[in-house]
Amino acid sequence: MDTTAILEVRNISKRFGATQALSGISLSFAPGSVHAVVGENGAGKSTLMNVIGGVHQADTGEVLLEGRQVHIRDPHDALRIGIGFVHQEITLCQHLTVAENIFMHAMKGEGKGFVHFRAINAMARKLLSDFDSHALISPRQKVSDLSVSQQQVVEIVKAISANCRVIIFDEPTAALTESETAALFRIIGTLRGKGMGVIYISHRLAEIYTIADTVTVLRDGTLIDTKPVRDIDQVSLVNLMVGRELKDIYPLKGARGAGGEVLLEVKDLAMEGEFAGVSFTLHKGEILGMAGLIGSGRTEVARTISGLYRKSAGDVFLMGKKVNLRSYKDAIRNGIVYLTEDRAREGLFLDMSVASNISVIRLDAVARFKLIQKSREIKLARKFVSEMQIKVASVSQKLRSLSGGNQQKVLVSKLLSVSPKIVLMDEPTRGIDIGAKSQIYHLLRELAAKGVGVIMISSELPEVVGVCDRVCVMYEGRMCGTLEGRDINESSIIQMACLSTN
Amino acid sequence: MSQLNLQGPVQQKSRLARALGGLVGFREGTTILIILILGAVMAFLSPVFLTGENFSTMFKIFVINGWVVIAMTLVLISGGIDLSVAAVMAFVGVVAGQLFLVYHWNIWIASLAGIGVGVFVGFVNGFFITRVGLSPFIVTLAMSQIARGTAYVFSEAMPLPLNNVPAGFKFIGRGIIGHTGVQFVIVLFIVVAILFDFLARRSTVLRKVYYIGSNEKSARFSGINVNRVRMGVYVLSGLLAAIAGILAIARFSSAPPYGYQGVELDAISAAVIGGTSMNGGEGTVLGAVLGIVILALIQTAINLLGVSPYWSNFVTGAILLVAVSVDFLTHRNRA
Repeated sequence: MDTTAILEVRNISKRFGATQALSGISLSFAPGSVHAVVGENGAGKSTLMNVIGGVHQADTGEVLLEGRQVHIRDPHDALRIGIGFVHQEITLCQHLTVAENIFMHAMKGEGKGFVHFRAINAMARKLLSDFDSHALISPRQKVSDLSVSQQQVVEIVKAISANCRVIIFDEPTAALTESETAALFRIIGTLRGKGMGVIYISHRLAEIYTIADTVTVLRDGTLIDTKPVRDIDQVSLVNLMVGRELKDIYPLKGARGAGGEVLLEVKDLAMEGEFAGVSFTLHKGEILGMAGLIGSGRTEVARTISGLYRKSAGDVFLMGKKVNLRSYKDAIRNGIVYLTEDRAREGLFLDMSVASNISVIRLDAVARFKLIQKSREIKLARKFVSEMQIKVASVSQKLRSLSGGNQQKVLVSKLLSVSPKIVLMDEPTRGIDIGAKSQIYHLLRELAAKGVGVIMISSELPEVVGVCDRVCVMYEGRMCGTLEGRDINESSIIQMACLSTN
Repeated sequence: MSQLNLQGPVQQKSRLARALGGLVGFREGTTILIILILGAVMAFLSPVFLTGENFSTMFKIFVINGWVVIAMTLVLISGGIDLSVAAVMAFVGVVAGQLFLVYHWNIWIASLAGIGVGVFVGFVNGFFITRVGLSPFIVTLAMSQIARGTAYVFSEAMPLPLNNVPAGFKFIGRGIIGHTGVQFVIVLFIVVAILFDFLARRSTVLRKVYYIGSNEKSARFSGINVNRVRMGVYVLSGLLAAIAGILAIARFSSAPPYGYQGVELDAISAAVIGGTSMNGGEGTVLGAVLGIVILALIQTAINLLGVSPYWSNFVTGAILLVAVSVDFLTHRNRA
């Protein structure tokens, strides 16, 4: 093994109950390089990172930091010896200020028990200034007042501030805007320049080609291959990840496209303080993309149409008839369903069974005289488990034990259980692996082919381009244009979504 | 298990899941086991234990408070808490007693009015929790004081003597059915407990309580009218506590404004010992009833064995700690 490695793991194995999460992983990370670790959900990336970051203890194997064996008992230990970890989920204290969060690890032993607020605020301001995020973050703001992407920035700054020698990024860009992502990449470049080891995990392969030097592929808890990024093209990388040839990530676009009958028409829809003057139509059998920066109002528009938020002006027409949806229940009754962008917090019941999660909006259909018929509920769940190829041991399994991709499929099943006419999907592939992503794209196309109108909100431009028949672009609460057919490409969307800035 | 295209690791998971499924079932199993062991030990130590009379004494108090336990279990499952139930019992008793004594209402009508008051208290709880958005702990703590205070004012802090209520009314509190020797309140409670256990497992309405307790936001994003369901839970809690209050005055022929102190905490203990999660989303009425049985057994053991009754709180607390620790540890392993 490379003796100059800044971090090395040898023969790491980890078992959860009957699941072998990692088997005999040996890997070394070089200083001054960005090392990407890729693989499908459940491949063991997170487990490996959690072992390095002290969240989990390995069953066997050792971790060496700069050639010396280290025992990492918990995340604090990891940070102390110089391993920083930017988690995919926000792990900040919501009620504390930005600066207090960033310097939490440095709080003890300094200033004789008192916090020198002016100093930490100043330092935090300096660190934050490296991110020219579109809305500036003040060190004295409470974290709970920040948007998700701003919180992610704070999370990253917190890890950087600890002067680590190795820093792990687990899907750091999932909630970042384009400009914040660019800023992050610049900072990662700086870290690399300083000779730090950067471990980078992402499902977005394009990012890996932008930022990483080396890539390691994991599959089913085993190490498949490690290669310099320049020596492997994207298709072979994907094939290594899924372990088979994955053709046609995106389905063929609909033949009918926008020609169909109008299902939904939105006229001058507005919600105070969020968006205004939003008008568009959705046809039968089409997939309409909604692109734009995070915070441009896409989510709010979708939630207003679904009756989750109250509109302040404008009209919504369903099949030509004006409707006034007062609640999400109303929307469901009218055949409109909405898939949330935050499945763990707003979509799923993680401690309940797969079957209960699927039946939740269709309880009446699995009940007789308001009494749930267990057999019907299980039948409904099994139907979706096999249709959607959800990997579960049993439909009474708790949802928490499923991988992200399978959880997402359960969430989609729940919506499809009511046979909707209009499906609004908010970031339907966030944080799931490429195999599951592709499955969702094909599913959306199948729905469209059956005459369902699909609206897909996404921050991942390749999927917007690959999947949608038409794309509406939003900027700061306004609809700034629609693209169709051959005009749909990444640069035209970016131009529309950002041009209004200048 | 219907999946045939599963690969190796998934089938391993299946065994894990089955083991976990067994563990969930085993949880009520553990409670039952504790009850059996406690019962066997008691039967060995005290010749009186296995007599019908003893069982009757053992349970007649608990079956009245049991209504509150059912209510508390449902509130806890919804992710809330109701600290006002004991005060509601006292308040409702005083209202019914006062209407009967001072205004000479028919006791049944007075009781219905009392139950109406209990439901109203539940509604006010629900209003402040769902509409104003305050925490259930604070709202029901305040309502507990308000209900208790009003009961003191109405009764001038004296227990209302209700000796001359009609025999029919006394029957619901302490009557014995035919020649069976079984008390009516016990049978009534068993029927109600079975009904609620069944409904909690099967009815769509109570299933929504579980969804809300498990993840309120997800419930809202699944088209469940969260506020309406939560309101319903507190109204139901008020209703069940009020019925317990009426049964209690029928049993003791007295409406004490200071009575039932601590019943709300015993109810929480019983529910939690029976596997209800304080975080919501988990628990069964059957488990809570088994929790009551354990508490009743401990009480009886202390009485029959001649141990100082001062130990009873100590033992209850210890059992609660053990039950919650076991629950927490098994949960942590499951994650």
